[in-house]
Formats: sequence, C-alpha cells, structure tokens
Amino acid sequence: MLAKQVPDTRNVGPDAMTPEGTVNRSALPAIFNPEDLNALEQALRLKDQFPGTTITVVTMGLPKASDVLRDALYRGADDAVLLTDRALGGADTLATSYALSMAIRKIGVPDLIIGGRQAIDGDTAQVGPQVAQKLGLDQVTYVESIEDICEKSRKLTVIRRIDGGIEKVETPMPCLLTITGSAPACRPQNAKRVMKYKKAAAPAENNPKATIEIKQWGAADIDAGLEQCGLAGSPTKVKAVQNIVFKAKESKQLSGSDADVEELIVELLNSHTIG
Amino acid sequence: MANCYSDRPELRFELNHPLMQRIVELKERNFRDKGKYDYAPDDFEDAMDSYDRVLDIVGDITANIIGENAEGVDQEGPHHEGHRVRYASGTERNLDAMVKAGMNGMTMPRRYDGLNFPITPYTMCAEIVAHKDAGFGNIWSLQDCVETLYEFGSEDQHKRFIPRICKGETMSMDLTEPDAGSDLQRVMLKATYSEEEGCWLLNGVKRFITNGDADQHLVLARSEEGTKDGRGLSMFIYDKRQGGVDVRRIENKLGIHGSPTCELTYKNARAELVGSTRMGLIKYVMALMNGARLGIAAQSVGISQACYDEAIAYARDREQFGKAIINFPAVYDMLSLIKAKLDAGRALLYQTARYVDIYKALDDIERERKAAGEKLTAEEREEQKKYAKLADSLTPLAKGMNSEFCNQNAYDCIQIHGGSGFMMEYACQRYYRDARITSIYEGTTQLQVVAGIRYVTNGSYLAQCREFEAQEVSESMKPLQLRSVLMANMLEEATAHAKDAGDQDFLDLCARHLYEMAAYSIMSHLIQYNATQQPELFERSARVFMNYAEAEVTKHHHFVMNLTPAAVEDYRK
Repeated sequence: MLAKQVPDTRNVGPDAMTPEGTVNRSALPAIFNPEDLNALEQALRLKDQFPGTTITVVTMGLPKASDVLRDALYRGADDAVLLTDRALGGADTLATSYALSMAIRKIGVPDLIIGGRQAIDGDTAQVGPQVAQKLGLDQVTYVESIEDICEKSRKLTVIRRIDGGIEKVETPMPCLLTITGSAPACRPQNAKRVMKYKKAAAPAENNPKATIEIKQWGAADIDAGLEQCGLAGSPTKVKAVQNIVFKAKESKQLSGSDADVEELIVELLNSHTIG
Repeated sequence: MANCYSDRPELRFELNHPLMQRIVELKERNFRDKGKYDYAPDDFEDAMDSYDRVLDIVGDITANIIGENAEGVDQEGPHHEGHRVRYASGTERNLDAMVKAGMNGMTMPRRYDGLNFPITPYTMCAEIVAHKDAGFGNIWSLQDCVETLYEFGSEDQHKRFIPRICKGETMSMDLTEPDAGSDLQRVMLKATYSEEEGCWLLNGVKRFITNGDADQHLVLARSEEGTKDGRGLSMFIYDKRQGGVDVRRIENKLGIHGSPTCELTYKNARAELVGSTRMGLIKYVMALMNGARLGIAAQSVGISQACYDEAIAYARDREQFGKAIINFPAVYDMLSLIKAKLDAGRALLYQTARYVDIYKALDDIERERKAAGEKLTAEEREEQKKYAKLADSLTPLAKGMNSEFCNQNAYDCIQIHGGSGFMMEYACQRYYRDARITSIYEGTTQLQVVAGIRYVTNGSYLAQCREFEAQEVSESMKPLQLRSVLMANMLEEATAHAKDAGDQDFLDLCARHLYEMAAYSIMSHLIQYNATQQPELFERSARVFMNYAEAEVTKHHHFVMNLTPAAVEDYRK
C-alpha cells in the first residue's frame, strides 16, 4: 500500500502560501492523503476477506511522514516502511515512483499494490501509474471497489469510476490499483492497536520512548541509482505558481486519433503547460 | 476535522483530575500487565496518554460517523422483522465503526480481551457518543451490563461471555414488565430449573426492554415459586444463540428513535443463573442500576452539550433588530445558564465516576485476594468503604440533576431558536424529544430523590459540603465559596425542619426540595474547584451557576421552612 503525507490543502487559510508563492507548510497541518485512506480501506477489506493477507505500507518523505505509517498501523496495516534520505529529497513524480518501485522490489513484488488516485498537494495522479510501469505490472486507475478476487485464476474484478458511469474491469494479478475518493471511507483507528503502535517510531524520529522500530530505508538500502533519485532524477521544474479559477463545467472527451492528440499538444504548448 | 472530544477542553480537564493517579494505580495493579499484553501501559503517563488517544478516536467517530447518521437514524428507526430487530442502517454503520475501533468491553480486564479502562474515561466515551445520538448511546453503552456479570458471575461464565462482548456483541438488561416498572419487586417472569435440560428455563413477558434483541441479556426473573416480593427474584444470563426469546413488538416512542425498545416473550428460553438465587433484585440489580444511572447521567450531559452547541451556533448566526441575537441579554442569559448547568452537571458526573472507580477497583482487588486466601488491608478497606458511600450518595444526584438539566437545556435550546426551533428541520427538536426519557428511565427523578434523601437526613451531603468548604480555592472563587457555605446552612436548617416534625409524609413531600438543595450546594463547590484549576475554562460558569444555584436553594429553603405537616393535606389526593 502506497501512502503519502500531505499538507491539508482542503482547509486553506489566508496564510497557506508564503509571499514567495510556495506552500507555507507550518500553516497547514500534515495529514494522511485522503485517497490513500480510501486505498487503505480497500486493503483492509481484502484482509478481512482473506485473513492471511499482509499489508505493508510504504511512504517516502521526511522522518515526520512516519505519522501516516503509524496511522496505517493503528487502522490495521501489518508493517510499515519509511523511505527517507537526503538523496531522495526534492523528487518529482518520476523520481518518487522510481524510489517506491525499488522499495517494492526490495520487499518483494506483492499480489497487489494499492494507492490513492492522487495526492491533494500535487494532484498529478502520476505516481501510482509510474510505479506500475517501472515494475512492469498491469494497472487500473480510478478504482472504486474490488468486486471479486478469484484465487484460482489469480484474477481481480474491479469497478472503476469513469465519466458518466462505472466500468467493470478484469485484470490479472499482480497488478496496481489506484483508488478514488468515492470509494468507502477508511475505518477508524483501533484502540488496542493505537495503544501498541503509539510506541512505534522510525530511527530518524529519535524518539527515546519508542519500543517498536518502523523500518527505515535510504537510497542505498533499496539499491537506487542516485542519478534517478531526488532532485537529480527529477526532470520536472516548477516554472511558476499561480492562482487559477476553474471555468469549464464539464470534461472534454478526446479520442486517441492523431488529430485529437495534436490538438491537445498545441493547446498545452500555447498555455505553456508543457514545453 | 471535527472531534467531539478534542474540540471540548472541559472533557480533557475532567480526565486529568488528580484522583486519576490513584484510580490508575488500583486499576492497573502497579502495571502488572506490562510486557504481558502489547497494549498495556508501562506507567501512569502511558495509561493517561492511552485514555486520551482512545477518547480522541471516539470523538472522531462521533463527530464524523455517528453525527452524520443521527438524523437518518431518528427518521428510519429500527425495523421489526420476523420476531427480530434490524437496526436502522445508520445504526449498523455506527456499530460497525465502534466495533472496528475496538470500543467494546472497555472496562473489562485484558485477560478477557478488554481494554481494562477505568469507569471514568469509559463514561466520557458514553457522554461523547450520546452528544450526537443519544439513542445509539444506549445500544453502545449497554455494554456496561457486563460489569455486573463480571462482578457476580462465575469464572466459567466470564470466560465464555465476556470475550464475546469485547469483540462487539451487544447487551440488554431485561427488568421491566407490564406490572413491574418502578416497583421491580413485582417481576413475574418465571424461572424454573429443568433437571432434564440441566439449565434454567424462562417463561413470561418483559416490556420496555432497551436493545431487547441483544446478543446477551441479563434477566431478572422469579426463581422461587410462591414468593411475591424481591427476595424471590434471581438474575440470569440469556444467550441469544440459545433461542427462546422473541421480540413481539418495537415501541413507537417520542424520542431516542435509534434505540429499539422491545416487548419480549420468553418461551422456555434456556438461561444460566448469575451468582446465587434470591439475590437478583436486592444485590445484582442494584449494582446494575447504579452503573446504568451513571450511564444515563453521561447521556444527559451529552444531550446538554448538544443543546449548548446548537443554541450558541444559532444565536451567533441569527440576526434580528440589526444584530445577532446572541447580543441580547434575554438570549445570553439562557445560553449562559445552559453552559453553567452543563459544566456543573458534568463536574458532578465525573466526580461520581471517579468515586465509583476507586471503590470498584478495590472490590475487584478484594475478590482477587479472596481467591488467593488474602484480604484487603485495613487502610484499603477503609478507602473502599469511604468511596463506596460517596459514590452511592452522588449517583442519584448525578442522574437526577443531569437528566433534569438536559430537559431544561433542550427547552431553552428550542426557545433560543424561536419559531425555527419548533420546525422539524432543526436538530434541537430531536434533542428535546431525546432528553425527555432521561429523567424517566433507570429510575425516575422521583426515585433518585428516594435514593438520595437518606444522605440528606443522615447528614452525608452536608458533611461533603463542609469538607469542600475547608478546601483552598482561588482568590476569585473565595466569595463564591462563602456563598456556598450559606447554601449549606440553609440545607442544614431545612433538613432539621423537615426531620424534626417526625412526620414521614411531610418529610417525603419536602424530599425533592432538600435533594435539590444538596445537589446545588455540592455542584457549586465542584465548579469552584474546576474554576480554581482552570479559570479560563470555568470561572464564568462558576459565577453564573452560583447565581442560579443560590436562587434555587433559597427558593427551596423558603418552601420547606414555610411548610408544616398540616399542609400535607392540601397536597394529598
């Protein structure tokens, strides 16, 4: 299960941005990315259904990101891994998905990787799909529920939330799913698990009272090539940050034809979204 | 995100009372479970931190799940299907969340899968849940019936039944019958021992049973054929898996719609005896009721909190004559009074809960020592006796006063809403309907007076007041403390007047007045203590409450002092 700690952009106050136009992280509480919680619930439901299931939560971030790992443990996850390292810092979605994919290789590719559709800070929805690509796995995005798992054929039937309706998709395992916010909310923290795992911490948190160690890996632990990590591995450069107002009321459907693709590229180039 | 615990610093204040040190020490037996259970605390701070975190989870579930479902549950209500109860869909979701969060069998020892929580933080959970849905509060908090099974059942019964409660099974206490309401001595449900089946068989009817289709029932039944009073009654545990109890109907009630109130028929229902025969009413139901009364006191405080939240939000928002109505004295008078009653009533509730905690933990230690052929020390015995007496005396005050307060607060909450408050669209009408039962069930206010009056006449409440008077309070509370002394003096004088006449009916007629005088006097001290500790939270309430309490006590004093035994005739019908 992939999780991210994000600033709570849903409750933005007047001091949410610094005068320089960057996010004022001290003004926004750090929370469990909401759709990752939907994803965790899907994982926990599978565990309810197949009690032998093991759920390992992986996150990349500062030592403080262990908060979301503990939260996942409180709600029912079995194990947690914190990827933290200076070399991994400043990563865009490409470098992030590379580091996550290397961590997953180290753990051993599981039957199923589940993450939220997108994070509320970057809103790219790219990390899940890129992790699947790097691991050579099938992927289904915008999943709302897992309808069925056939243990024998090792196939998964899921419901996707798409424009104007739903789509039922069958996919072989192992695969990666990204879960939408319309999926069921995550179950609450469990009292006994909270009392146990409140004593869990990653070494980087320097908590002398911790009695349970959360796994903590750096770039070297996951055999990551440094040129593909962090800032060095991130081709994305932020040109400017500006306020935008959504004007479109509906989404636009594009076919896969060359003409449609060309029209989109021209539009993105003209708006300086790319290029 | 909203949280019904952490958004309310008054609750955390009550949790951190100095008596908790002793409570945790007793409950955790010097932290002997440390290392044995991975969720057991290492020390006092660890235990307190765990209570705080668990309350935070309950606050989260209440604000974001139970609160969201409350209106739907009120409208849908439970369903009667094939002699069974199906909860409203929102109730199912609430229960699922609470079970997944592990909030069941909270006070039970860890060896039975419980959380080993003291009564005080558990009672806080009950208050929090009731704040958003009083009806669901019943279903969830009936888990505290397990206390009675734990206190009086056999070890074999503990092992078979308690872990199931901790996993989320629900409970009911089947006491009331068509002809046995307040007067439980008239219970007729028949229990006969069947040699053939090797168990007791229950036959008869129970009425007004809250959560009557629960997984496990504690049942009061007549085991001694030919008897007519309480001494022929015993307590049984009925396991729904055995079958034999059907739900004949679900009552259509004014409030607490989410809580199914059932009429039950018992047809050869197999049951087990709890404890010894003949002790059902006189010992076990009394214990059960005391726990339940604390629960209703908590539910009442929860409803009062809901009334306050709703009233203040509306008063801030609603504009008349060019300004928000909260700025009018007539409105802020009502709002301040709701808050003062809420704060003082809550202080009384948790003072009671803490007293219960200490003596119950000592009772448990006593049972444990007894099994090992040991006894409590003389000091421990003294402590146990002291706190049992304090708890027994405060429980009827906490239940009676808080249930009356929440009715008054619900009334004022609607009043602040004006015409809108009379419309079904606003939540205040639900609080008003839900509040109404609190002063009736688990012993009406009149029965709380019956339970409390002996502590008026034997001077126990007065002695508690005198003890408070010797306590150090902050400079700003000192004038209030002096006024409390005068209140206690009035209580003393009125009590003597009522007692000295030597007329039981006269004393009974004065009882409600004396009971309230004692309650107001004690609460005034409790809120002064709170204001001394945290002035920013409680000073205003302490002053507002004092003005009100003093006026009430003076009124009651006047009433009693002007009454003579001859006047009883004017009242007698």
